[in-house]
Amino acid sequence: MTGRSNGQASGTVDTIVIGAGHAGLAVSHCLAERSIEHVVLERGEVANSWRHERWDSLTLLTPNWQSRLPGYAYSGDDPDSFMTMPDVIQFIDDYAGLNDSPVHTQTTVESVRHESDAYTVATNQGDWHSRSVVVASGACNLPSVPGVREKLPDTIDTITPHDYRNPGQLRNGKVLVVGASATGLQLADEIHRSGRSVTIAVGEHVRMPRTYRGRDIQWWMHSAGVLDEGIEDVDDINRARNLPSPQLVGSHDKQILDLNAMTDAGMKLFGRLMGFRDGIAQFSGSLKNVCALADLKMGRLLDTIDEWAAASPDAANFEPPERFERTRVDAAPCLELDMGEEGFETVLFATGFRPDYTWLEIPVLDRKGKIQHDEGVAGVPGLYVIGLPFLRRRKSSFIHGTEDDARYITQHLESFLSIPT
Amino acid sequence: MSDETSVNNGVNVAALLEAREALTEMPEAAQFKWRASCNWENGTHSSSTVESFFGLGEEQKHVREYSFDADHPEIFASEDKGATPVELVLVGLASCLTAGIAAVAQNREIQLKSVTATLEAPMDIQGILGIDSDVRNGFEGVSVNYKIDADASKEDIEALVAQSQKRSAVFDIVTNPTNVTVEVNSTG
Repeated sequence: MTGRSNGQASGTVDTIVIGAGHAGLAVSHCLAERSIEHVVLERGEVANSWRHERWDSLTLLTPNWQSRLPGYAYSGDDPDSFMTMPDVIQFIDDYAGLNDSPVHTQTTVESVRHESDAYTVATNQGDWHSRSVVVASGACNLPSVPGVREKLPDTIDTITPHDYRNPGQLRNGKVLVVGASATGLQLADEIHRSGRSVTIAVGEHVRMPRTYRGRDIQWWMHSAGVLDEGIEDVDDINRARNLPSPQLVGSHDKQILDLNAMTDAGMKLFGRLMGFRDGIAQFSGSLKNVCALADLKMGRLLDTIDEWAAASPDAANFEPPERFERTRVDAAPCLELDMGEEGFETVLFATGFRPDYTWLEIPVLDRKGKIQHDEGVAGVPGLYVIGLPFLRRRKSSFIHGTEDDARYITQHLESFLSIPT
Repeated sequence: MSDETSVNNGVNVAALLEAREALTEMPEAAQFKWRASCNWENGTHSSSTVESFFGLGEEQKHVREYSFDADHPEIFASEDKGATPVELVLVGLASCLTAGIAAVAQNREIQLKSVTATLEAPMDIQGILGIDSDVRNGFEGVSVNYKIDADASKEDIEALVAQSQKRSAVFDIVTNPTNVTVEVNSTG
């Protein structure tokens, strides 16, 4: 019993899952295990964001052995490599097929309303009704772009990772990459390799080596329990949920993607982009401190790993601890830049993403437009959310973290449905 | 190492954390306005006072009025009746960072024994004198040197100072652009 809906475009089910990405399909799998009748509504195709809203060279930040979903895991012969986008799409597509998930593709949710203990999900194909809804529509629907973008002159092109595919899209002039997350540094590196001059505006960031003591950093974080840290283990969950992605890239050569590597390659580092006035871009004088914060934080992560390693029965088999060079910052980084005069033609805003809940007509959003939830359980009975950074644990931000989250919320959801209306 | 109960840097962190929580729920109460007034005395000497400010939804007052004399040194042909304004900027930065260090240390249960900052800010005064329009009026940079004795590792102390910069109002004001609007009401 998988709760298939036989291709109806409307009807009544126990649960409506919005989004057929890895998170929505993981929930569908767990709902089917509990024989909870449901549909998965998908605006495009399975794995739509991975298919249509990512750049060409993107690979997962997690090695293949971490690619797993409830009842399914990577089974290829290269566990230490990283999936490309076609690999991810295939992985998720295969998962949907294996589960025979009741996915309704090309079904765009136009509104979700909650009245008299029932949800009505209106789509471009018809209306669905249910007692519960799982929002699995993704964390990265829209690029978050600072207001300074509006002040840039027409002579400068602006682009976000949402629309960026490869360096061939860009003019040949200098490029300012705003943001030093995984996205910012990956794109800066690729654009620099295309022969364009690249400058990076660096705000707060998370520094992390790809490999440490001979093993992938994800292996260490997994083994030392860092990825299992929950809400109770962090001081400020809002901050943990809004951290930029760690400076990692999943490449065959296990490239370390940090600011020193960018400097060595010939890129320039500026402070955070703060404003644009009279043709002059203005950068923060805090570059040195944001780098110090990231260096110190990485040091604390490596300390945690070393402590775990020392206490491990395999302690003798690990390579010795390492510490990395501090981030090198110019004594007086540039604070002002006449972009036109200096030959800048493109600004790429790698300043994060946010979810799009414009269709959610239920008062569960905070003033920043995020769904308020307690470990995926929203404030309105029967409403759940999954697939967000640090939903319940640090690993919630990654594909493999979805399994625990999906099991947790479907268990909660089943109890909820067992309450008579 | 000090235990939780013995760490006392004189900062009421519980009250600060309570305020943070309350203001998260009520962002309008977090809207503050800071004020100063300045009166010209003579020459380059002026005296400024601070007393009232706005916050938590209403007018507030310091326990008393504070005043600050500002002037320029005698080598500027002034009477040196107070600190130069640029030195007051350094004072603002140093006291803001130092307050932050104490608060963060208390929150992280680190006992401070002594905290001393020395600041230096190079300036090419060809800018303010209008000799060379390519030279900016303000500091070429600011260097802050902290000497800290505390019950913590070198890395933990560095992290205190880094966190203090991250949360400092004056650090932000000095490192980032701010719109300044000056209006004039004249009587001729």
